[in-house]
Parts: sequence; structure tokens; C-alpha cells
Amino acid sequence: MTTTTAEPARAGMSRRQRARLTRGAQYAVGLLVILFLAVKTDWKSFSDSFLRLDIAASMWPRLLTEAIRNTLVYTLLAFAFGLALGLLLAMMKLSSIGPYRWFANGYIELFRGLPSLVVLFMVAYGIPNAFPGFKFPGDFFGMVTVGLGLTAAAYMAETIRAGIQAVPKGQMEAARSLGMSRGRTMFSIVIPQAFRIVIPPLTNELILLVKDSSLVYVLGVSVAQYELTKFGSTFLNTKASPTPLIVVALAYLAITLPLSSLVRALEKRFAQAR
Amino acid sequence: MATHAIAIRNLSKAFGDNVVLRDISMDIEPGQVVCVIGPSGSGKSTLLRCVNLLEQPTSGRIWVGADEMTDPDVDIDKVRRRIGMVFQSFNLFPHLKVLDNLTIAQTKVLGRSMDEAKKVARHNLERVGMADREGAFPSQLSGGQQQRIAIARSLSMDPELMLFDEPTSALDPELVGEVLAVMKGLAAEGMTMMIVTHEMGFAREVADRVVFMDGGYVVEDGHPSRVIGDPQNPRTKSFLHRVLNPMVIEPEDMHPDGLRDAISDLAP
Ligand SMILES: Nc1ncnc2c1ncn2[C@@H]1O[C@H](COP(=O)(O)OP(=O)(O)O)[C@@H](O)[C@H]1O
Ligand SMILES: [Mg+2]
Repeated sequence: MTTTTAEPARAGMSRRQRARLTRGAQYAVGLLVILFLAVKTDWKSFSDSFLRLDIAASMWPRLLTEAIRNTLVYTLLAFAFGLALGLLLAMMKLSSIGPYRWFANGYIELFRGLPSLVVLFMVAYGIPNAFPGFKFPGDFFGMVTVGLGLTAAAYMAETIRAGIQAVPKGQMEAARSLGMSRGRTMFSIVIPQAFRIVIPPLTNELILLVKDSSLVYVLGVSVAQYELTKFGSTFLNTKASPTPLIVVALAYLAITLPLSSLVRALEKRFAQAR
Repeated sequence: MATHAIAIRNLSKAFGDNVVLRDISMDIEPGQVVCVIGPSGSGKSTLLRCVNLLEQPTSGRIWVGADEMTDPDVDIDKVRRRIGMVFQSFNLFPHLKVLDNLTIAQTKVLGRSMDEAKKVARHNLERVGMADREGAFPSQLSGGQQQRIAIARSLSMDPELMLFDEPTSALDPELVGEVLAVMKGLAAEGMTMMIVTHEMGFAREVADRVVFMDGGYVVEDGHPSRVIGDPQNPRTKSFLHRVLNPMVIEPEDMHPDGLRDAISDLAP
């Protein structure tokens, strides 16, 4: 089609040939920029401070057995709590009962607006202060779960609500016509479909939580409770080298990149079932 | 009332100011096949959806068998088990395989064991000619196949009567026949059916009774040979004329601009 259409005969090239030329030029410019940076970089000084393998090695194996492990545990606890509470809030928000809707709206607005750090702090110190003698079930882990999960729930509630509303109305009608109750329809028909829709945005919440777990230090943590950021920053202080920062950054990527590909796999698996 | 399959008394329905059904009364007897025809927007779907209370009537009363649907204390989920409903857009559950589409309500609503539910499901898949596709997801099937599965899903609940809302309107023309054939088979087995349709050939051949609706009223109600073959009311005549001769444009039916558009569409 491109060869036969009467394009203005600029340089005698077809549209496809010109597109290929433009793309080639873009690659060439990109390559030049990378080369320029590589040549200009003072690799010696950069690697002397940022890429000290001996320091990186000294972080092993605690990097894995403590820091990465704790980061994952805090994230997953908060995610599970946030997901359950978010689902409840989403259903309250879609309820026909006014006070449920108002509560859910108020909650979402409040916790989306507050910094996670403030919420975590209030949970750790405000609640025990207001209710003397109250202890979180699971103690420290309970505090982390609730402290991070309350904020996550507000975001997830909105995501899940949008997912539920994206399920066609005919699904509810078909299930109700078969004699399913409203609640049964929600749990067996609507929510499973809503979750397939919200997997990508929920992964975003999960990845944000991975990073938010670095706020846990405000609870006052023991060495064994350090997560990645706190772990890295103690090394930063004792070793007087920024290498731990690079190590920690790579560790975060080692967590989040597989998450992204896991989600892609899930999406593919669900693709035919929607 | 217990003798009628469906009894409708003085049913009215309005959406806000828009009155869609006006004082409708009719009885449908067990085993009867009733086709509801009429122009778009005349209230056919709303009438059907009031019968299983997918729409709440504004006034009037409806019985299905001995149960009054409009009784505020009725156990609606229990009565709906006995009423099959087939939709224009199939509404299969896309996250479940065909067999699970057919077993989920049997196990969760009727409390059947999984083994029994599968047995019933396979029997009904056979009835609609889909026995070989029980492991497929709905999205892997054609429209006609999906609609036959939807019918089998309803049948798996052993309903006393079935409601069909334009079951073939979303299908490619060559797939209409397979769905109508299944419905014809059901009619022959004595199923009570209320069918909203534009398939006049099907209505003439299969229906015991044709109801013509217009503007929220039942305008004619009788044997197909009379309502379709020899309509008395001018509105029925005009509707049938348009349905049976879609290429004929009646000037009085058209806004002048609309007519010009229609003519230029025909002769570009
Ligand atoms: N859920 C609804 N909310 C508001 N108006 C509706 C709703 N459903 C149907 N209507 C209106 O009721 C009228 C009849 O609709 P319907 O029963 O679907 O007609 P038909 O099935 O005969 O085409 C139409 O004017 C339509 O706009
Ligand atoms: Mg309709």
C-alpha cells in the first residue's frame, strides 16, 4: 500500500522507508548519548565509593535472611490486611445503606490524605496512649500490619470499587435469576471477576507498599526487625561509603521486578477466562 | 390463582416520569408458549423482568404458580429458582468454564452434591447439543453456542417456566437457527415459556399465543394466526409491516431529515 500510493516524491522514499530512517536516527542519537556518558564518567571514583564489593559482601547474608525477609513480611502482612479492609470498604461504598457509604467515603478521604508515616506513628503511639493497656495482637507485627494496612486499604478500596463496577450488570442479573442471594452473587460471581480486572492496579499498591515498609523504623525496631532501608542506612553510617545504598536499591528491584512479571503471568492466565 | 403458571394483575411500571407499563393483566397457563412482540421501547423487556422481579413493579400484583412475587415478604431467591431466564447478551459467567457455569447455582442454591450437579449439567448440555464443550471458557464459543449454554444453565435448575428476552437478537444471522431449534425442542417438551422476540416465523410456528405490545399497553393478545396472520389493530398492522418488510420506508413514519438520510443511505 505504501509503495503504490502517490506520496509526494520526497527523496523518492515510501512512507515505510522514511519511518525506518527516522527510527534509525533515533537509535543513533540514543547510542551517542550513552557513549558520551560512559566516556565522561569517572568510573574509578564512582566505583571506589558506590561499588565497593567488599562492603557489599559484608552485608551478606543478613541482607537476605533479615532485611529482604523483613521487608517481604511487613509488605505481605500489610497487603493482606489492606486487601481485606479495602474489600469491605469497597462494598460499603457500593451499599444502598447511607451510613455505610458515608463511613467508607470518610475513611477513604481521611487515609488517602494522611501521610503513611503519620498513620503509622498514630497506630504505634496514639492508640496505646488513648487506650491504656491495649496490646496489638501479634504485638510488633500487629502494629506493622495495621499501621501500614490502614492507609493501603483506602487506596485498595477505591481500586476494588472501580473493579466491581466494571463487572457488567448482566452478571448480577443472571446470578440472581438463578436464585443466588445478593451476597452469594457478590462472592461467587462479581468479586472473582472484579479481581481479574484490578490485578494490575493492585500490583501497584503492592509495589508502593514494598517501599512504604521502609517507614516501619518509626515503631522503634530491634536489629533483627530491620527492613531493607533501615538495614542499608546503618551500614551507610558505619562504613562511610554509599555502596550499601546501591545494594539496597538492587534488593528492592529484586523484589519488585519479579512481582511485575508475576502479574503479567497472572493476567495472561486469566485472559481467556474473562 | 394457583392454577396459572403466571398471573399478572393491573401491573404498572414507571421509571421516574417515564411510564413503561400501563395496567397490564394477563394469565399464562402451564405448558403455554407465549411470544411477546412489539416495537423497541414498548416495554416488552420490562414486562418480562417484572415477572421475576428484576424490576420492581410500581403497582399491581404478580403470581408465579402459588407464590406472589409482589408480596413484600416473599422469599424471592426461592421463587426465582423455579424461573429460568435467558438474556439477549447471554450473561454467561466468563470466569467459569462451561460445566462450572452450569453447576455453580445447583450446588450453591439447590444444595446438590457436585457429582449430582455435574450429572444434571451434562444431561442438559446434551439437550442443547453442547456436550463436547464442557471444558471451554465462554469466550471461546460462538454467540449461538453461548446462548445454548445459557439455556442449559437455566434448565439445570429444573425450572417450571422460562423467560427469554430476545435470545437471538445479538446473534449473527446464521447462528439464530440453532438457538431457535433448542427453544422449539423445549416447547415440544411442554415447557411453559414467555419469549420476547422479533422472529415472526418462530412465533407463528411455535407460539400458542402472541402478545403485541405498544406504548406500555397490550394491544393484541391471541393465537399467532390471528395476531400475526390477520392483525386487527392498525398499530399491530403497521409494526408487522415494518418488521416483515424492512426495506420499505413509510414516509409518514419518518422525520423529513431522517427520510432523506435513509434514502441517501440506500442510494449512495
Ligand atoms: N432501568 C431503566 N431505567 C430507566 N428507564 C428504563 C430502564 N429500563 C427500561 N427503561 C425504559 O423503559 C422503556 C421500555 O423499555 P424496554 O422494556 O426495554 O422496551 P423493549 O424491551 O420493548 O424494547 C424505554 O423507554 C426504556 O428507556
Ligand atoms: Mg428489550
